[in-house]
Amino acid sequence: MASARAANFQGPGPDAMWFENLKNGRFRIQHCNHCGKNFFYPRPLCVHCGSTDWGWIDASGKGTVYSTSVVRQRPEDGPDYNIALIDLAEGPRMMSRVTDIPAPDVTIGMAVEAYIGDLDKQTLVLFRPSGN
Amino acid sequence: MAHPLRGAVAVVGIGLTPFGELPGRTHLEIMGEAISNALADAGITKDKVDGIFGSNFSDALGALLYAEYFGLKVKVMDSTNIGGSSFNNAMQEAAAALHLGLCDVALIAYGSNARTGTRRGGGPNFGRSFDAPYRPRQPVNSYALAAARHMYQYGTTKEHLAHVAVSARQWAQKNPRAFMREPLTVEDCLKARMVVDPFGVRDCCLVTDGGAAMVVVRADAAKDYPNQPIYLLGAGAASTHNDISQMPDLTVTAVAQAAPRAYAMAGITIEDVDVIEVYDAFTINTILFLEDFGFCKKGEGGPFVAAGTIAPGGAHPLNTNGGGLSCVHPGMYGMFLMIEAVEQLRGVAGDRQVEGAEIALCNGNGGYLSSQVTLVFGTQATL
Repeated sequence: MASARAANFQGPGPDAMWFENLKNGRFRIQHCNHCGKNFFYPRPLCVHCGSTDWGWIDASGKGTVYSTSVVRQRPEDGPDYNIALIDLAEGPRMMSRVTDIPAPDVTIGMAVEAYIGDLDKQTLVLFRPSGN
Repeated sequence: MAHPLRGAVAVVGIGLTPFGELPGRTHLEIMGEAISNALADAGITKDKVDGIFGSNFSDALGALLYAEYFGLKVKVMDSTNIGGSSFNNAMQEAAAALHLGLCDVALIAYGSNARTGTRRGGGPNFGRSFDAPYRPRQPVNSYALAAARHMYQYGTTKEHLAHVAVSARQWAQKNPRAFMREPLTVEDCLKARMVVDPFGVRDCCLVTDGGAAMVVVRADAAKDYPNQPIYLLGAGAASTHNDISQMPDLTVTAVAQAAPRAYAMAGITIEDVDVIEVYDAFTINTILFLEDFGFCKKGEGGPFVAAGTIAPGGAHPLNTNGGGLSCVHPGMYGMFLMIEAVEQLRGVAGDRQVEGAEIALCNGNGGYLSSQVTLVFGTQATL
C-alpha cells in the first residue's frame, strides 16, 4: 500500500529551490528537523540521517578556508584564479572561489564571507576575505 | 577460517600494448591488442571468455560494446565505472562471480588513446556537480586541494612530493616500456611549470595511450594454464565521496577502510608485503596511500618517501614500472598497476624485478580520491 508522500517530495525539488533562492539573492542551505544538522549541496534526503523532514535556513555567509589552490592559466586563457574549499559556520563544506585578493594570497584558516556573484553567466556563491 | 575468496581465483593471462603514442588507433583497437596478448598469454581463444569486465569514460554501456566488438558470448557483464579504480573493483567483482560459478573465464580489459586521439587539456567533470561551476581544473585540482591541506596540517613540502616523482622515474629508468625515462631530480620537479598550486607538472601523471587486459579463472582451473598463476588473496573497497568538496578529511583516504579489509581477507600484515603498486595519479596519492596502508603514521608520508624508501633499493619498492607518473597513464591506470604486480610475482620484471617477491599490495584510486580498492596478490607459495 502506498503511504502518503512526504511533503518534501511534492512540488519543486531541492535543486530547483536552491536555484530559486540564489536568483532571489538568498544563500540558503538545508536544515534537518530530525537530526538537527545542516547540509549542502541540495538533496531530497538528509545526508546525515536520511530524514525527509528538512527545511531551509539562511546561511550566515561566514566561513573558513579548509583548503586552497591556484589554477594557473596561459595568459591568453585569462588570469590565474583561486579554487578553495570553504567550511561554512553552519557545518557543510563547499567548493568556491575566494576573490578580491590575489589567488596565491588565500590561505588555509582564513576567515571569509559569502556573496552572491556571477561567473561565466552563472549565479554562484562566492567568497571574499572577512572585513574586506 | 579463511575468507572464501582468499586464493579462490588467479590471474592466468596478462596483455599490454606499447605505452606512449599509438597514433591513428581508436581506444577499442588498442584494447583489442591488449586482449589479444592476454588471451595468447593464457593460451586460450576468445570463445572461452564468458565474463567481461571493463569501462571507459567514453563508453556508457561498455560491457555491451566490448562483448559485441570482440565477439564475446558472455554470462557476466560489468562496466561499473568508479574512475580509474574500476578495474581493481572489477577484480573483486570477477572473483566473486567466478567463485560463485556465474562465469568461468573473466576478461578484464581497457584501452585508451588519451594522448593522440582526443583533444588535449581539460579533464572530466563527472556528471552532476556543485563543484564544477567554479571551474576547478579537474582532476588535478581536487588532488592539489588534498596536497595543500596535507602540507598545512603536517608540514609536508613540495620537496617531499618531488621525491615521489623522482622515485617513480628511477623505477621507470629500469623499465623499457616506460614512457618517460630521462633523469629527473628533485630540483627539476621544483622548477617545473606550475599547473594548479601546489602542483607543478612533475606532480601530475602522464597522459599516454595504452591498453591492458587480464584473464582470471578459478584457482582449481588455474594450474591448467601455461603461465604461473598469480592468486588474489584479498580485496577491499570503499568510497568517501564523489566531488572533492564532500570528502570528509582531505588527508585521509578510503584506503584507511579498504586496506584493512583486504589484509584481513588475505590474512597478511604489511610486514608480509614485498612490492607495492598504487595509483599515483598525482604525487600526493602515494604519500596518502602509504599512510593509510599503515607503512607510516598519518602525516609522516613526506619524510618517509624522502628517505628513499620507495625508490629502487629502498625497503618498500613501490610502483616498480614507473607508475602513472613516469610509465603509463591513459586516463584510467587501474589495470596497469595490477599487471605490474603480476609480472613482479611471476618474476619476469627484468631489471626492475624485486628479488623473491611473493606478495604484492595494490591500490586503485578513482575519481577525485573518491574510490579506493585495495588488492593483495600472491604466488602459489602464499596460498
